Amino acid sequence: MTVAALRNVEVDYPRGRALGPFTLEIGAGEIVALVGASGCGKSTAMRLLAGLEPPTRGEVARTPGRGETAVVFQAPTLAPWLSARANAALPLELAGVAHAKAAGRADAALARVGLAGAEAARPAQLSGGMAMRVSLARALVTGPKLLLLDEPFAALDEITRRALADDVLSLWAETRPAIVFVTHNVEEAVYMASRVVVMTKGPGRVAGEVAVDGALPRPEHFRTTATFRAQVEAVSAMLAKGMAA
Amino acid sequence: MSRVARLLAPFALIALLLAAWEIACRVLHVAPYFLPPPSAIAQALAADWAGLLASAWNTLSMALIALVVASLVAQALALVVGLSPILERAVRPLAVVLQVTPVVAIAPLVLIWAGLDHAGRAIIALAAVVAFFPIFSGAVTGLKAADPDLERLFDLYGATRLQRLTRLRLPSAVPYLLEGHKVAAGLAVIGAVVAEFVAGSGGAQGLAWRILEAGNRLQTARMFAALAVLGLLGAVLHAVLDAGEKAGLRWWRGR
Repeated sequence: MTVAALRNVEVDYPRGRALGPFTLEIGAGEIVALVGASGCGKSTAMRLLAGLEPPTRGEVARTPGRGETAVVFQAPTLAPWLSARANAALPLELAGVAHAKAAGRADAALARVGLAGAEAARPAQLSGGMAMRVSLARALVTGPKLLLLDEPFAALDEITRRALADDVLSLWAETRPAIVFVTHNVEEAVYMASRVVVMTKGPGRVAGEVAVDGALPRPEHFRTTATFRAQVEAVSAMLAKGMAA
Repeated sequence: MSRVARLLAPFALIALLLAAWEIACRVLHVAPYFLPPPSAIAQALAADWAGLLASAWNTLSMALIALVVASLVAQALALVVGLSPILERAVRPLAVVLQVTPVVAIAPLVLIWAGLDHAGRAIIALAAVVAFFPIFSGAVTGLKAADPDLERLFDLYGATRLQRLTRLRLPSAVPYLLEGHKVAAGLAVIGAVVAEFVAGSGGAQGLAWRILEAGNRLQTARMFAALAVLGLLGAVLHAVLDAGEKAGLRWWRGR
């Protein structure tokens, strides 16, 4: 079943074409990585999938209703004046969920991302990794069917981003939402995704895709296996070709 | 550099300058009406202490009333303007013209409108005009300063206009409002003093009146005493506002 699809979409901005023609189908419970260089239109594709922006041409199909799509941005994008709990509860509050109930569900979401006990902290009191987890909790709080991650770990150190990648995978295993995430880290893409879509340099088109072998969530030491290395090589080669095209 | 040295440095410089001034006046036999020595100013301060303090309070209270008036009007107007881009375009040029017109130039007009017997009202009005702009432009900027990704998030979850205003735009504007009020309070005092000068010695009892009155009598030491109080008032106000802004930001950010 398709959760969201971009069919031959093109996006033109005043300074030129940003994306397309580009086609991408996202199936239910799938984890898709979009890989490409800066400025290839990955973020534009994400905004189309989120329904935040219409395409200039082409068709966007989305089945999730309001509140069933969640986005995590590159920066944690938290409201500094709100506690972690209030930040995580924001989508529910906007949907008119009663305050106490929203707070309860926010606390549960924070616990799921390993932030039990930090509910009252303000973003300024959290580390970068913790703030990103609050952002993740806010995305999960509505129980989304489609989760869009726009370079969510780009600003984090290597250890933190690996830990968060594993956390995202185990969270995915609980409710199996479709996940689309943007990255320019090939290893991260292969590690996290069931399918890696490689984009050409801007305006982005599909340079090719790699269906990643291996069970999700990943077994321990997946990064050290020959399968993992081979698929990283394949994606890298495709990326290099897409850049040259 | 030690903490003590850092704290004492400005006072040491002031003491040094005062000493040099005192010595120069005595050695060069400067006429006291032209430049009184610090000791004479200190005497004037001691003699006029109560009156100067009353005048300082007079000026300060005018400025604070003006600040409250300016704050209410500026924020209300910014809210209306911030919600409508077309209104903002309409209001901006007018606001700029008002802002670049020196307060001294409009003071006589305001004095006539307020009624010559009500110099206090004119002073408050003029100080409020000066204090209006930093708050207004801070509020207008602040209302548009929300994180664009947070704006997208509000789009994503289908926030209403009211939710967007109360849960995103207004809280995002807080740091800009704090800064605007800090600048405005300083300007309100300046505006009040300028207005007092224009109102003349007849109507006002503030520090400017003290300076004018002593000047008319060529009591230069008393002029300096009033100036010293005015400078002190400004410095204290600045320190209080700075601390207020920092405290406000700590509250807003939670640390």
